[in-house]
Amino acid sequence: MSSTYLEVYEEEFERLAEALRRLRYAANAEAVFLIDKNGQQIAAAGEVENFDSTSLASLTAGNVAATDGLAKLIGEREFSVLFHEGERDHIHISLVAERAILLVIFNERSSLGLVRLRVRRANDELEQIFRDVTRKHEAESGEKSPGSPFWEITDEDIDSLFNE
Amino acid sequence: MTFINYAAKEINCKIVYYGPGLGGKTTNLQHIYTKTAPDRKGKLISLATETDRTLFFDFLPLDLGTIRGFTTRFHLYTVPGQVFYDASRKLILKGVDGVIFVADSQTERMEANIESIRNLEDNLEEYGFKLWSLPYALQFNKRDLANIMPPDEMYRMLNYKREPTFEAVATSGRGVFETLKSVAKQILVDLRRK
Repeated sequence: MSSTYLEVYEEEFERLAEALRRLRYAANAEAVFLIDKNGQQIAAAGEVENFDSTSLASLTAGNVAATDGLAKLIGEREFSVLFHEGERDHIHISLVAERAILLVIFNERSSLGLVRLRVRRANDELEQIFRDVTRKHEAESGEKSPGSPFWEITDEDIDSLFNE
Repeated sequence: MTFINYAAKEINCKIVYYGPGLGGKTTNLQHIYTKTAPDRKGKLISLATETDRTLFFDFLPLDLGTIRGFTTRFHLYTVPGQVFYDASRKLILKGVDGVIFVADSQTERMEANIESIRNLEDNLEEYGFKLWSLPYALQFNKRDLANIMPPDEMYRMLNYKREPTFEAVATSGRGVFETLKSVAKQILVDLRRK
């Protein structure tokens, strides 16, 4: 059975967010997004308010999934980098730790070479954080931490969601 | 795959609308989009052909409110129903938390319904999921048409595991939210168990 949920705790979330902030400045990018391969945003940095981040996450994941499918069709394991060039803004997409997607949006203030270089450097750090997330998750799997809010969810809580 | 972000206090879940072509999956999403308050929804994205057939997927992010302080978000996806888009259908199922099967009630579409459920089972298995253990609801759509099969007969043909079943007319909204609520509830109850 594949892993059915991903949990990111505050400590790792902060580390991810900090790594994205550094990447954003180093690459001179407009915004940087870290997205789960299933299309959910994990963290972001930069001028994120200028973008519809939910749609961006979903379409990026769809794009990566389709490209993965193409890679397999020609016998490749994956295409690890995608680049979309626009008139003003460009998108650089790369895979992190086989489970997440790093999306960098940049314009003429930066360049593809610089973005590629900085992404490569940031990748190691992000992969390490994901390894820590996985380790923590495995250590706690089957046994929710006492502070977990999900033990306590009642039928009334669930019903109230639909009555609001 | 449910994504729980403790820092942002968010739970994100993925629900996929599955079923044969022209069964009303996109119409379900369009109705939910129309009837949901602006602050509770994101953009409805449709990757469709020029003739409005789903090419890759439709996507609608929905915010259902908070539960124990956590914002509960559901990402709704449809798959392309046409048989030859199977590779794309498989991709959309990645990381799914719950499935709504939209069956076409017209008698001549029963074979397509059955084939699509088999296809769902096969594609889920590729990700290590079993339809038996996944939150799941069955919707008998297009109940307003003339040439439809009686619900009990449809149930006998399409029921997989005594899943919750709903009669619907997606064009008018009948049964649409009931079906969604049923799967959303199953997902949250599952979360409690994990």
